[in-house]
Amino acid sequence: MKIKFHHILIGLFLAASGCKKDNYDAPTSRLSGRLVYKGEAINVEYNAVPYQIYQPGFATKSAIQGTFDPDGNYAQLLFDGTYKFTIPANQGPFMWKELPAGTRDSLTVNLKGSQTVDIDVTPYYLVENAKFTAIGRKVTATFDIQKVITDANAKNIDRVYLYVNKTQFVSGGYRLGDGDPPSIAGSAITSMNNLSLSFDVPNIVPTQNYVFARIGLKIAGVEDLIFSPVSKVTLQ
Amino acid sequence: MKKTTIISTFALLLVTGACKKDSAFLDVPPKQVVTSDVAFSDPNLVLSILADLYNRVYDFSGLDNGWASFADFSESFPSENGSYYIVQRTGWDFGSWGTWDYKYVRDLNLFIERATAATKLTDAQKNQFIAEGRFLRAQYYFELVKRMGGVPLITKSLNYDFSGNVESLQIPRAKESEVYDFIISEAEAIKGLLPVNVSEKSRATPAAVLAMESRAALYAASIAKYGASTPQVTLPGGEVGIPASSATGYYTKALAAAKEIISGTAGNYSLYKQLPDLSDNFANLFLDKSSSESIWVEDFKANGGKTHGFTTNDQPFSISDEGLDAGRLNPSLNLVEAFEKLDNSYAPMATKDGSGNPIYYTDQLDMFAGRDARLAGTVLLPNGLFKGKRTEVYAGYQLGNGTVISSSDATITQDVPGLGKVQVVGKDGPVNGAEFRTQTGFYIRKYLDPTVGSGRRGRGSDVNFIRYRYAEVLLNAAEADAELGNYAEASGYINQVRLRAGLTTPLVLTAANYFDRIVHERRVELAFEGHTLFDMKRWRIADAVWDGNSMSVADLVANIGKATKRSTQPFGLWPYKYYNPGDVNNGKWIFKETKPSPVTGSNRFLLGNYYSRIGDDVIAANPKIVKQPNQ
Repeated sequence: MKIKFHHILIGLFLAASGCKKDNYDAPTSRLSGRLVYKGEAINVEYNAVPYQIYQPGFATKSAIQGTFDPDGNYAQLLFDGTYKFTIPANQGPFMWKELPAGTRDSLTVNLKGSQTVDIDVTPYYLVENAKFTAIGRKVTATFDIQKVITDANAKNIDRVYLYVNKTQFVSGGYRLGDGDPPSIAGSAITSMNNLSLSFDVPNIVPTQNYVFARIGLKIAGVEDLIFSPVSKVTLQ
Repeated sequence: MKKTTIISTFALLLVTGACKKDSAFLDVPPKQVVTSDVAFSDPNLVLSILADLYNRVYDFSGLDNGWASFADFSESFPSENGSYYIVQRTGWDFGSWGTWDYKYVRDLNLFIERATAATKLTDAQKNQFIAEGRFLRAQYYFELVKRMGGVPLITKSLNYDFSGNVESLQIPRAKESEVYDFIISEAEAIKGLLPVNVSEKSRATPAAVLAMESRAALYAASIAKYGASTPQVTLPGGEVGIPASSATGYYTKALAAAKEIISGTAGNYSLYKQLPDLSDNFANLFLDKSSSESIWVEDFKANGGKTHGFTTNDQPFSISDEGLDAGRLNPSLNLVEAFEKLDNSYAPMATKDGSGNPIYYTDQLDMFAGRDARLAGTVLLPNGLFKGKRTEVYAGYQLGNGTVISSSDATITQDVPGLGKVQVVGKDGPVNGAEFRTQTGFYIRKYLDPTVGSGRRGRGSDVNFIRYRYAEVLLNAAEADAELGNYAEASGYINQVRLRAGLTTPLVLTAANYFDRIVHERRVELAFEGHTLFDMKRWRIADAVWDGNSMSVADLVANIGKATKRSTQPFGLWPYKYYNPGDVNNGKWIFKETKPSPVTGSNRFLLGNYYSRIGDDVIAANPKIVKQPNQ
């Protein structure tokens, strides 16, 4: 068959109509914020404290899942709409409001364009005034602990740990050194001020002359730790 | 005229043809579908339906689930490039190990209902089939409850009435204790309906039913007792968690069921003792299909369509039937050092003497002498014998001045002073990152099939997978007895199992030591049999053993035999050939504890891992389902 002009025309039509977009636009509204207590950021472990965002009104109910960053930040790209924000049971080193029926309270967010929503929570404890210094390869931390919840829901301190890592991800699973990290048992803490822990940094391959450190506080009966902000320490 | 005749003839034919009754024309019984009346009229047809249900039994570790189902929890190292994630992740997803196969439950319910309604089977046949169906259903509920906690307990087939309202099909979760109670009561109800037959291994027998009951009651009891230590892992409605007050009752039931097997009323089962060498005997227990120890197995048949690739995947590299297909599952030093010495004491592998100098061994196997015979029966040690050949495992030459000469493959030779270019690593490893060879120094021996051709992909192996065996029943009895305070009787049970392993000094269980001893005994006796995860879960020590902290060698060798000993990363024990001409130790072997370099993660078991997440699709379809405590 000879190729005729109308064959080319049909080919062009086909190609042109195939170009039509068949996709929805990607979500563009950014819901972000951080975990705060009285304006102070709550630091948690990387990939350990999850949150869930529900959009009510659909037949099937399933959550958009995410986890908080180590500094308590979160962010999701969403379509505009009404969402409910919640944190699953037994997660996070803080109290989240429980409703009488044994369900968890949720925060309603009306999203129209990007929005910042800080999540107010009440932590059991706070690690404050954490300072990290290095002498040689020994990193020493001094810090205070503040007990925030003192009523019937109060919990004891299980242990306080010093974690040191070569990257900004610093926690039990992401740290230098094997075995148990340096720690103080909760029962051994007599004063909540001027506590100190230190750690000898092993050799790092490839060599780097700085590390990141933070204090993690394990609350008795709560799985997730609460941390001090990550601090960069230069080794001498 | 002619035309009219033809047309009218055709018209007549059409009309008469149409006179055929609709039902005679349309209602043709389909030849490829066997209706349930027909299927349940002949015992052989029922058996073929039952065979499918047996085939769908859900196992955690299984020889046909792939070698990787044995590989986790730091008990072994996965020597395959695509599977290093097992030792590189820092924990498990909350959905891990979940199952929700209500299609299987429905098929079992339908089977039981149809067998009950069958008219052309004898009563004896019906009773047997119904009991088998109920056994498989209880067994699957057991799998469900140990992974998910309380689940909807559906014991009849549910049918939709097309009314637009599905509420009658939405069944809430039962309490965790109710599911265990169901398993126990089903077992009690059907044990008498099945014929006692010790040589029947792959179908339900009274002993299989009792073994299931004993294990289930033991799980329920330990969740009741030890669940108190993890109060976060409970739900107010009892869907997860069992009240501590019911522990004694469950332990009593576990003990009674175990005793019924031990007393012989369910058949004469006994510990396998056929070979004079205790290690060979222990290995053979898994190979001998007529073993008096196995109670219920998943059977395989070579050249008969049901085989598995366990031997192909895990055979030693240099003895492989299939070229580069070998050596994936490498038991870890963590497990190896847990096998105690013959005087019942725990000791790390002796690599160094008191002053820190290496200890030299003439034969690699000398390192492992004087230990529990199950070690060499479970693990193929360096220089171990398989299919008449010995494995060649060494990581390099160590010179007198401490220099180590090594290479990345046995075929790549290196210059050793005084020897010239020689092979410096074993053909079977260990080399960091060299897949299909051991990277811990050990190969698996349990289930490894010495039959000719068993390592070929085409033939495969037909070693069976033992789901329940007599030794576990004894350990169930020992645990339940000890938990009830009868330490003397408990010691009697555990010592039977230990005697078979060559541990002749009787162990005395006491209130102080029984827990660690039972945990240890189950770990070494039942290694790679799919117990580790569920045992650690029911004792609620999984979050202590897999606590996410990375391990040093000092960590590894400390606290051996303690139930909560940390085991987050698999270690290896690498042999080196000592080369120092003129020295008395020249040519001997030294060993070093080594963490294989792919091991970068450390296992962390979160409280949310105790019960697997229930899928959003399940909850969306049935709003009555309560979420897991950490979901």
